[in-house]
This record gives sequence, C-alpha cells and structure tokens, in this order.
Amino acid sequence: MFATIRSRLILIAVLVVASVYFLFPRKVTIREPGPNGVMHDVEMTRVPLKRGLDLQGGMHLALELDQSKQVSADPKKDLDLALTVLRKRIDEFGVEEPVVQKVGDDRIVVELAGITDPARAKAIVQRSAFLEFKITDKIGSLEKALPAMDRTLRNLGIKGEPEPTKPSAVQQLLGGDSIRPGAKDSTPVGGKKPARAGTKDSARAPAPDTAATADTTPVAGGVLGGLVQPAGAGGVPGEYLVPEPAYARVDSLLSIPAVARQLPRGIVLRWSSAPSSVGVQPVRFLYALDDKSIVTGSNLVDAQAQLDPLTNGPIVTFELDRAGGRKFGEETGKHVGDYMAILLDGKVQGRPPVIQSRIGRNGQITLGGKTLQEAQDLALTLKAGALPIPLKIVEERQVGASLGSDSIHKGITAGLVGTALVVLIMIGYYRLSGLLAVAALGIYLLFTLGALSMIGATLTLPGLAGIVLSIGLTVDNNVLIFERMREELIHGKTVRLAVDEGFRHAMNAIVDSNVCMVLTALFLFQFGTGPVKGFAVTLILGIVASMITSIFVTRTFYMIWLQRRPAMSTLSI
Amino acid sequence: MLRLFSNAKYDFIGVRTYAYGVTALILIPGLLFLLLKGLNYSIEFTGGTLLQIQSKKTVDVAHLREGLDREGIHGAEIQNFGAENEYVIRARVAKPGSDANDTQATANAVGHALDNVLGAGNYVVARTEAVGPKVGGELRQKAFLAIFLSFFAVLAYLAYRFEWRFGLAAIVATAHDILATIAFVGVLRLEMSLTVVAAVLSMVGYSLNDTIIIFDRVRENLHKHKHESFEQILNRSVNETLPRSILTHGTTLATLLALAIFGGEVIRPFALVMFFGVFVGTFSSIYIASPVLMAIEKRWPGPAARGHLASKKSTPPPPTGRKPQPVVR
Repeated sequence: MFATIRSRLILIAVLVVASVYFLFPRKVTIREPGPNGVMHDVEMTRVPLKRGLDLQGGMHLALELDQSKQVSADPKKDLDLALTVLRKRIDEFGVEEPVVQKVGDDRIVVELAGITDPARAKAIVQRSAFLEFKITDKIGSLEKALPAMDRTLRNLGIKGEPEPTKPSAVQQLLGGDSIRPGAKDSTPVGGKKPARAGTKDSARAPAPDTAATADTTPVAGGVLGGLVQPAGAGGVPGEYLVPEPAYARVDSLLSIPAVARQLPRGIVLRWSSAPSSVGVQPVRFLYALDDKSIVTGSNLVDAQAQLDPLTNGPIVTFELDRAGGRKFGEETGKHVGDYMAILLDGKVQGRPPVIQSRIGRNGQITLGGKTLQEAQDLALTLKAGALPIPLKIVEERQVGASLGSDSIHKGITAGLVGTALVVLIMIGYYRLSGLLAVAALGIYLLFTLGALSMIGATLTLPGLAGIVLSIGLTVDNNVLIFERMREELIHGKTVRLAVDEGFRHAMNAIVDSNVCMVLTALFLFQFGTGPVKGFAVTLILGIVASMITSIFVTRTFYMIWLQRRPAMSTLSI
Repeated sequence: MLRLFSNAKYDFIGVRTYAYGVTALILIPGLLFLLLKGLNYSIEFTGGTLLQIQSKKTVDVAHLREGLDREGIHGAEIQNFGAENEYVIRARVAKPGSDANDTQATANAVGHALDNVLGAGNYVVARTEAVGPKVGGELRQKAFLAIFLSFFAVLAYLAYRFEWRFGLAAIVATAHDILATIAFVGVLRLEMSLTVVAAVLSMVGYSLNDTIIIFDRVRENLHKHKHESFEQILNRSVNETLPRSILTHGTTLATLLALAIFGGEVIRPFALVMFFGVFVGTFSSIYIASPVLMAIEKRWPGPAARGHLASKKSTPPPPTGRKPQPVVR
C-alpha cells in the first residue's frame, strides 16, 4: 500500500501535520481569582499539553465518606451525590482543568492544579454545607428538663465535679486569646478553626478550680444546672449560656442517651458556631430549637457573598426556589415575633434574628468575624449543595509551584543532555545513517508529544522519564536495523539489498521486544496510580511512535537516499 | 565503518558456571540483607505524612524532632533534601487517638509542630504527601499484582511468538533481575517509592527487550545453522547481537546518567535503579536467559530436537555432571 516514496511521504506529512496541529499553541479560557478574590475568565495562548501537578504545582486529594459520625444508608448513592456536589463546588472554585472523579467504589479523587492556598481548597472540599432554618423554643423546654437531666446524671454516678464556671484571670486571657485568632484569622480554614480553639480551651478547663463551685448550685448540686444558664429576659428565647471552658464537657454530657431522652419530643439542642463574650467571660450559646426545619439548603438556588452596608461585615445573601420560598413564607408568616436560628452543618450561625414579618424567597446570613473570602467560600458551597455525608481525606499530595517549575527545568536539562549524548553517539558511530536516525528521533518526539496532547494526557515527571526511556528504545530500534544492515554488507550484499534485508530481519526483533514492553506498560497503567500511570501512558505512546518512526520513517529516508544515489556502492553506516 | 565487537567469538555459554557464581555472589548477600533489614518503604506504601519544607534559616534537626515529639508524632524521619535549608519530614505513625485513615489529624499536627519550631511564615511547604495506611496497602498490593500479571502476559506472548521454553527462560531471567534490583534498592537503603517501582518495572521491560532480541536471533539461527549444536547456536546468537547490545546499553546508560545527574532529587532514585537494572538486565540476558534456555531445552527437548541430532556428530555432549541450578526461583 505504501510502496511508493510518494505515498509514504504523504502519510508522514499527514502525521507530522496532525502532531503539529495538536501541539499548536491555542487560546484557552481560564477562571482565575482576581485581586479582590472574585473569579473572572482570562484568555491566554499556550501549548495545549497539560502539565501534571508535580510539574506546575497543585494538589491531589483522595476522599472517602467519613462514616465515623454519620453512617450512610446507601454509600454508593451518597458517593455519587458527593461527586456531583464536589464537581459544582470545584467548578466555582476556579482552577484550570480540575479533575473530580470517582475511583473504584468508595473514593473520589480531586486534582487541583496550580492552587496557592491548599488549606482553603481542603475546607471547600470537606465542608458539608448543610443549611437549615429552625424556630427557637419559646417555652423553656431545656430549662424545665435540666433538673431531670441532673437527676439522671446523678443516678449514672456522674457528680457535679468542681467546674470552673468563672474562669480564672489566666484562663480568661487564654480563652480570649484563642478566640481572637479563630475569629479574625485570615488563613481561611472555614468554620473549623474557632471550633478547634473552643475544644482546646475546654480540654484545658477540667483542671480543678476549687474556688468557683460554691455559688453555682441552685438546682440541687446538678452538673448541668450549674453550667447551663438561660439567657434571661433580654435574650433570645431558647438561648442558653455555657461558659466556653465547659463547652466540651457539657456537650458530652448532653449527648449521653439517657440525658438526651429527658428533653421533650420535638426539641433539639444546637451549639453556636463560635464562642462569644458576655462581659469579660467567654461563653458559648446553646439553643433549644424546634426539631422541624422550615426549609433546608436543598431549596437554595443562589447564594452571594456581600459586605453588609451597615456593619461592613461579610454576609451571604441567598435566594430560595419557588417551592422553598412558598414554604418559607408560610412558616415565617406563622411565626412573626419568634426567633429563627440559621444552622450550617448543625451549628447556629450568629444569634437568631427575630422574624419581623413574613419572609419571601430572599434572606441573608450574617457571619460574625469572618473574612469576605470565607463568606465567598460559604456562598460557593451553599450554591453547590450540601454533601450527603462528610468526607475525609485519605490521601493528599501537594506540590508547591516553585518545586514544580524547578522539576521542569531539571527534567528539561536532563532530557537535553541525554539527547545530546545519544545524538553524538549515533552520528559518531553510524555517520550519515546515524544522522538519519537522529532525524527520525526528532520526528519521534513530535509524534509522541502530539499524541499525548491529542489524548489529553498530562505530562508528569515520571512521564518525562518515560519519554527519556522511549528515546532509548527508539535508538535501540535503529541500532538493531543498522547492525543488521552492516552484517548483510559484510556478507557481500549490495547496498540496496542490505538495506532491504536489514529492515526485514530487524523487524521481528523490534516487534517482539516492543510488544513485550507495551504489555508490561499496560499492566502498569491498569494497576498503577497517579505518577506511575503517567509513566505508563508516555511509555506506551512513546513505544508506538518509536515503532512507527523506526520501521516506517527511517525506511522512507533510506528509500529516498537510495533513489537519489542509485549507483551507491558503499553505505555510510 | 567503525565497528565494535564485530565477529566476536566469546564463549559466553561455556563460562556459565562462573556466571552462576557471580549471580550467587550478588543475590545471596543481597537477599539475606533484605531478609534481615527489609525494604525502606516510602509513606506511599506504609501510610503516613511527608512534608518537604524550605526553611528561611537552617535549623537543628534535633529541634524539629523535639517539636514533633511534643505534638505526639514520635519517631519521625527528618533529613536534609538537596539544599542545606530544605528538609523532608516523614511521619509514619498517625497522631495518637486519630483515625489513621483520616490523614488530616497527622498532617495538621506536623504543621503545628513546624509552626512552633520555625515560626509560621518562616518556612514554605514545597511538597506534602499524606497517605492513609489503607491506601498504602492497596498501592503495595497493586504494584505486586502489576508485576505478576505482566509476567503472565509476557509468558503468553512469547509462547505464542516463540515457544513456551523461550518464554520460561525469559521469565526466569527477569525474575533474577527483579530480585537483584530489589536487593540493590535494599542495600543502598533507597526508598521503595512508587517511582522506584516504576523504575523496577521499566527495568523489567528493558531486560525482557534485551532477552527477546537475543532469542529472536536464536530462533533465526536455529533455522539457518541446522548443523550446529544448541550451545553453539546460543553462543553465536549472543555474539552476533553483541555490537547492538553494547551500543544500545551505552546510549541508554548515557541518558540515565544524564537523568541521575541533572534530573533533580525527585527523579534521581528512578535513574539510579534503572542504571543498575540495565547492567543486571544485560548480564542476565547473556548469562542467565541463554543457559537457562539450554537447560530447559535439555530437560524438555524441542519438537525438532534442534541441533541435538547434529550435536552427537560434531561436538561432544555437554558435561553430564551436576549442573548448577540458577539461584533464582
């Protein structure tokens, strides 16, 4: 079929043009965060060959459902749901060509190239973002239940240990200190940081503080009665104050099943998301809420981060869908004058506002002490929807951008030096034939890179190693052919015959050895992960390109050469 | 025409006993070492947390270790990596009390320790890896599976293209290469990472490549030189492919050397392991694959009893004494 030089040249030209086409720099649109943190599209021109995370810097996360707190009824469905939610979130997050895919049955892999703030990315990926609106309890259910709870605790043998309800001066200092970084912290760990600061404080608290206990036992020495104080007349109904240092202890006591059972049906207890201070004392608000949510985040259609014109603090405004809006309107209409708690992932955000009139589809969430970026991240996750079950990170790889570009430079240097050595050896040993082989090597590189770009493969550091290795194999193929030709020449064959025989006999060895190499590479591809896979892909493509160049392209070069010099009696080999 | 080793007539197969000796000398101590000290698996396989940091100033490694101990991360490995102020910290144990498969707690604890010792903002994290033990176990399993399955695939292919005898000999030689290379990794205390596994596997491909090229010549010579004994044919084939071997291995070693010197810390283990693998692969193609093929051929003679008819006439039969078995298995 490709007997004539003409048809061969046409095929080579087609392959070369195709490779160049796939490598030709083109315009791509990238979403990038601008100076003010708002996403916008940027157009730039570049070679469409993707660089892997290890070359351009970025982050690779493997996530699984975290069923330690919440057991999934249908893990498969939940994972699929989590996948779509993560896709939406990551799309909004604004990285170039993000990867969000399911791997196996129980894992999601997220790859974000070129990100500069890994902590923020992790927070966005892991946040459940489950939004609820609940009416606060008006009839003091918790207050009434407290004595019963304390009796239960006493029966269980848990006594009112000396608890520091009034923290000492040192503790106040410490407490105050650890709240502030949580509230003002510019490293956006989302809502996690204040929570952590809180637990740390309370972990410190149980140190016996004998002075404080005397005045805190109005309810017959009850533990909870001493620690949980109703907010009083000026406060929100259903609001209780717990000294911040006792937060973790009270939380664990309240979650004892026998204790929780004392609470009337239809009432749930929820904590506020961050500690606040009343006077000098850091406190944590505890809310008794109606079990039923008015609406949840699943009714949300839009969320935007804004600065509140009054307080200049960040707020998130949201819009509900039609059905949600109707329900919201009805319920708030019924509850005018009541207070409504806004819960995110089970924590009350800010202090519940009073419902002044029927609310329609639009509302806002006030975020105390958070940055605008955190508000934006919250809006983003709310809009993308809630995760059915929290996710945990089981594998994380992150490469800084400078290390990535360093790797590229080193890889290129190594590649250039290696190639130069190969070129020197080939031309030095095989002369003109060696030059042909080097030309074929250039075409091989073009084919390999073109093919990589065509299938949209990513070029990683091991991938570069795969290319270097397949350069060696290309050279090997040519060496096999040339050595064969030399043998034929030594046996006294004419140049033309020697060239033909050389190619014919070398063919078997080339095919067999290359096929075996591809076979092993295929298994690497199937069972390898990340970096190994990249290596396998470039190796497979490289071997195919190398076979095409050494069997077909080099052969065509020889045909042209022999046609130009039909009477050639010695071959420069 | 510049030719190296043309018309070489070395008796490669004749000295096979010495070759076996050399193999035993390399493999036995290497494997003993492996048995005693084991492999230095990277956190990709064991699970754990790795942080590569660039500090603004050089710090005492002991300081860093103290800070980690305070966070409950004991027995972390800390080493200089490349430049003076660059460190790699590997913590294989999870922070006590946290779910080991949830990598966050440990990573956060390491970050905390660094903040305490170096001061937040005084260092840059160049690379992080955090792998849960579950993922690590899976990776290890997959790596072994890849090697095993590729063995069978190659055996099947060679059985189809040549005969099963050739395939078996090639596999024996390859198994030898893998053992030798892993021993090399163990003795040098290189880290057994995914990159090194990739190097071992491409070394396997390379060594197979080499063996197949010699076997291809054997197949051809079996048809061409019907009057020669199998041993002569093997010797002839190895000698005829010698110039190719020298040149190819020369260029490959040159590129690998370039990778090892200029490729940077990340790629260096790959290049080193491949470099060693190319040596071992070449050695095994000549001194293991061919003699093993002969041994198999003697034990289970091929259909045409290749060369054996002739061998009775022209050459004395090979010595019948106890043949040293190849150490690999």
